[in-house]
Amino acid sequence: MFDEKVLQKIQAGKDNWDQGPLAKSLSKSPEAKPVFTTISGTPVQRLYTPLDIKELDYDIDLGYPGTFPFTRGVQPTMYRGRFWTMRQYAGFGDARSTNERYRYLLKQGQTGLSVAFQLPTQAGYDSDHPLSMGEVGKVGVAIDHIDDMKTLFDQIPLDKVTTSMTMNAPAGVLLAMYLAIAQEQGVSWDKVGGTVQNDVLKEIICRGQYIYPPKQTMRLTVDLIEFCQKNVPKWNSISISGYHIRESGSTAGQEMAFTIADGIAYTQACIERGMAVDSFAPRLSFFFNAFTNVLEEVAKFRAGRRYWAKVMKERFKAKDPRSMMLRYHVQTGGVTLTAQQPLNNIVRVALQSYATALGGAQSLHTNSYDEALCLPTQQAVTVALRTQQIVAEESGATDTIDPLAGCYYVENMTDRIEAEIDDYIKKIDAMGGTLAAIEQGYIQKEIQNSSYRFQKEIESGERIYVGINRYTMEEPPPTGLLKVDMSVGEIKAAELRNYRAQRDQAKWKAALDKLRQVSATNENVMPYVVEAVKAKATVGEICDVWRGVFGEYRPKEFI
Amino acid sequence: MARKIKMIMAKPGLDGHDRGAKLLARIFAEAGMEVVYTGLRQTPEMIVSAAEQEDADVVGLSSLSGVHNYFFPRVVELMKEKGLDDVLLVGGGGGIIPEEDYDSLKKSGMAAIFGPGTPTTEIVSFIENNVRKR
Repeated sequence: MFDEKVLQKIQAGKDNWDQGPLAKSLSKSPEAKPVFTTISGTPVQRLYTPLDIKELDYDIDLGYPGTFPFTRGVQPTMYRGRFWTMRQYAGFGDARSTNERYRYLLKQGQTGLSVAFQLPTQAGYDSDHPLSMGEVGKVGVAIDHIDDMKTLFDQIPLDKVTTSMTMNAPAGVLLAMYLAIAQEQGVSWDKVGGTVQNDVLKEIICRGQYIYPPKQTMRLTVDLIEFCQKNVPKWNSISISGYHIRESGSTAGQEMAFTIADGIAYTQACIERGMAVDSFAPRLSFFFNAFTNVLEEVAKFRAGRRYWAKVMKERFKAKDPRSMMLRYHVQTGGVTLTAQQPLNNIVRVALQSYATALGGAQSLHTNSYDEALCLPTQQAVTVALRTQQIVAEESGATDTIDPLAGCYYVENMTDRIEAEIDDYIKKIDAMGGTLAAIEQGYIQKEIQNSSYRFQKEIESGERIYVGINRYTMEEPPPTGLLKVDMSVGEIKAAELRNYRAQRDQAKWKAALDKLRQVSATNENVMPYVVEAVKAKATVGEICDVWRGVFGEYRPKEFI
Repeated sequence: MARKIKMIMAKPGLDGHDRGAKLLARIFAEAGMEVVYTGLRQTPEMIVSAAEQEDADVVGLSSLSGVHNYFFPRVVELMKEKGLDDVLLVGGGGGIIPEEDYDSLKKSGMAAIFGPGTPTTEIVSFIENNVRKR
């Protein structure tokens, strides 16, 4: 970006400063610590100048918003056209109480829904399964069948809101229920918008809600993508997630690198299915974390956008620019929240939201300050939503596109993170691809090493965390925490007995038999899943059909 | 040479948050213990049978989905039924286990619940000081 002469002049000026004012200042008072690093452990220089981005070529590396390589954003007007979608992840207890929370959030100006399902549903068990004991309605809403889903979206028009569903191994089952309800509401599938997470690889890497072995679960993932491409064109058929990779201990660079590695694996699998890259890639979406180190996060998002665009163009020969766009949702960092002095978390979330806005996300969930302690109370959820509204309306971050472009530090860090991503992708390719790297435990071990380093830094006091190892105080135990009614489990169990007894048994059995038969072939299962949920088959029953056909995944543990 | 302390790190229930469990498994191993990590989705029966098979001195339970009041006492109960009363039972789950639950969990037979921010060195010394002697 700078010609040789300008750089020489800057180099001379920098040398003078190094030897003059800087040396003098350092001799009088040294800096607070010998090395400064980001929370990811990346060293940070004292000062960044044009000398640190001298390789940067504006047209090639940055370009313009909405054009390749999308470093500056995926849309030409970004937030000047419309803010990101404000989408709070919510769900607890039964469908009725969660429906009330959704309608409250929509009334408060939230623009999209995001369903938190209970763990039994995510793991493909009904609420009355022995493994569901104690878990029903605990960390998400209990959804066992299509009638639960109908209650969940009661009085919510599915052509007006978009819905994101954090559902992975059984993603097709919950999507089928959603689509069936849309039909009942008279909304055709081409008008239904939303996202299913459908990212089973990261379940195996770090999130733990897997059911089937990698190959078989990937087949279901691709079935869903293919089905949506043909029938639900506005649906984001996967949300390739780095969020949980980061939560489980990775650095910012690893988060982006391993997510892109997963993205490559899904793209490859879809192409192997016979789909043309530009037929499905525009509907691949992503999901990332945002930590408190604002500038590192912004660099991560920019680096990810640029790298993904190149992967799609160069590796997969995509032609449609929309195939090259890294469109993503962000959730602020759950693991950055402290149980100690919980109100401090409001500040963390504000900084993380600011990073998200400066980084150019398409939607955002802001965590509530009490989430290190419980599911969020209504008050905490409201503050969280207001936090992103303040960032959107008051901070000015939304007035201009990619405002940190050209910042010597951010551009340097963007390059560095992109190089880190490239390094990991090359290593993973050399191992035989993402699935092989996961099977060898490589990705898991890399994440665990970072998690271990961070813990050691905290315990040695090398890294300061407010309220944890500095500025601590005695506090009374927190009060006013949200408690989920434990009776949901018993109520659901009784309701399920009734539900199973009252449905049309012949229709139900025929639908499951057909699904079982098709699952053993190469045919896309999705149309049969839609029929099964309409015939009142439960989540657990459908997942059991696949357990029978595919077997269950038992991971190796890498410590 | 003294026998190494044998530790089972277990994740009861469907909770997938295992960053803490894996981190502690590594730290216990570095502190000289022999550690077996069960992996996810363990029923109380599976955990107790692992403790019995491995002849464990300590069982660590980690839960961040809010089901500790169901799972922890159930593990204690089954341990007693199997006559494994002298196995040290400890647990944790960050801020998700509220302090108001500590007393009842301890009364049920858990030797300690480690709250958020507990240094890992403190957990290691608690185990070393309270484990059965052989």
